[in-house]
Amino acid sequence: MSWPPTIAGLLALALWQGAVWATGVPAYLVPGPIAIVQAFLAAPGFLLLSLASTLVVTFTALAVSTVLGVSLAIAITASRWARAAIEPWAVALQVTPIVAIAPLVIAWVGEPFAALVACATIVAFFPIFSSTAIGLASPPPELLDLFRLNGASRWATLRLLRLPAALPYFLAGLRISGGLALVGAVVAEFVAGAGGFASGLAYRILESGYRLQIPRMFAALVLLSLAGIAINAALSTLGRLLLRRRGEA
Amino acid sequence: MTLLSIESVARRFPNGTEALRGASLSIAQGDFVALLGPSGCGKSTLLRLIAGLDAPNAGALHWQGGPPGPGEIGFVFQDATLLPWATAEENVWLPLRLRGLSREAAEPAIHAALARVGLQGFEGARPRELSGGMRMRVSLARALVGRPRVLLMDEPFAALDEFTRHALQDDLLALWRDTGSTIVFVTHSIYEAAFLARRIVVMTPRPGRIATEIASSLPPAPATRFTPEYGALVAEITAVLRSAVA
Repeated sequence: MSWPPTIAGLLALALWQGAVWATGVPAYLVPGPIAIVQAFLAAPGFLLLSLASTLVVTFTALAVSTVLGVSLAIAITASRWARAAIEPWAVALQVTPIVAIAPLVIAWVGEPFAALVACATIVAFFPIFSSTAIGLASPPPELLDLFRLNGASRWATLRLLRLPAALPYFLAGLRISGGLALVGAVVAEFVAGAGGFASGLAYRILESGYRLQIPRMFAALVLLSLAGIAINAALSTLGRLLLRRRGEA
Repeated sequence: MTLLSIESVARRFPNGTEALRGASLSIAQGDFVALLGPSGCGKSTLLRLIAGLDAPNAGALHWQGGPPGPGEIGFVFQDATLLPWATAEENVWLPLRLRGLSREAAEPAIHAALARVGLQGFEGARPRELSGGMRMRVSLARALVGRPRVLLMDEPFAALDEFTRHALQDDLLALWRDTGSTIVFVTHSIYEAAFLARRIVVMTPRPGRIATEIASSLPPAPATRFTPEYGALVAEITAVLRSAVA
């Protein structure tokens, strides 16, 4: 960790706590950092379990997005027909606000876990798909000519040229999709609301809001943002390691 | 023995550009032919037609013993175009690998090719760890490894600095002398064509066509660069090119 963001963060927290003390604003309006930490420590297992539930949805959605995104990217690279058939729908899915279609998805899918994963996948799918597609098309024409001259099959060209060339692009997309999968999972949990599988952090945020447990609500929010930061850091480390093994970056 | 005879081939691109008109050329086993001319004279187009990467709209190419199959053409591009994630050895393996040869089976050929271009000891190096000249040497080794019937080179040294370019020209000449490969070399440098080739085919643009051919009897050796005969050949080609373009 580097010092400037740490110092700036601590300073902001101190100012925040100071302001809460100075103005005497009640905790159900603006809780100070100390109240938030206390709310978390009062029932850490409770919030951490909810976090785990949200993370399961997030990572399942990320895995589904990877499989779906990479296979569809290969499909549109391999066939002009597939490109014409798939690309507009992928873009349409990308620009549709998830909040607007989440109620439909949840109603149609029925099974709560699958519904949450479906929503998060809709949000997370596109960066992996589009950046992998760009990566698959990235080899220079000379290299494609070289493969042709040596009688390479399409499969060999994919395996030995296009897929390895797409790896850095895929990793960049994966990093973006990681954050989006979390956002998608949370949005879906918000929409799914009460009952059934509603055990994720978003549900805790809603619930705490209803019960005016604002410090706990903030604690859940903080956990969510820490999880997002951790996912981003983990995926970028994974990317660096993979590329370093190939002698890149 | 004639390896390839090209009979009045023409190539017109869909956008209307007449890249090549009525080009005829005969290439013998062991020839070192330079295709020389300014941009747009169709020299790269002609090279791609020979490689089979493009087809002519008119005319034909007749190969002794049938058209080349997979891996029988060695091609060196202007950039080294190596796989950036693969080592020098893996890059040289590629043409053999695409023909189904395992790394163990290809090993002797890979080592011979890398040694041929002076890169023994760099087997495990990746492209980013190599200089521009060394990358081009790997590219040359990759073109040689499958023992192609003909080696096609498209301005391979144009992007290198002059010292590196001279070193690679000397080595290419030695390679040609020692192995008797057939080489067709595209260049826009009169000096390079005069130094390397036994036959200099002068081409002119709009439409691309073969203007004339000049034979060289200069000794294929580095010292040729400093002889008056070399200077005279450069002057002769320059004069021919000037009158052909005008």
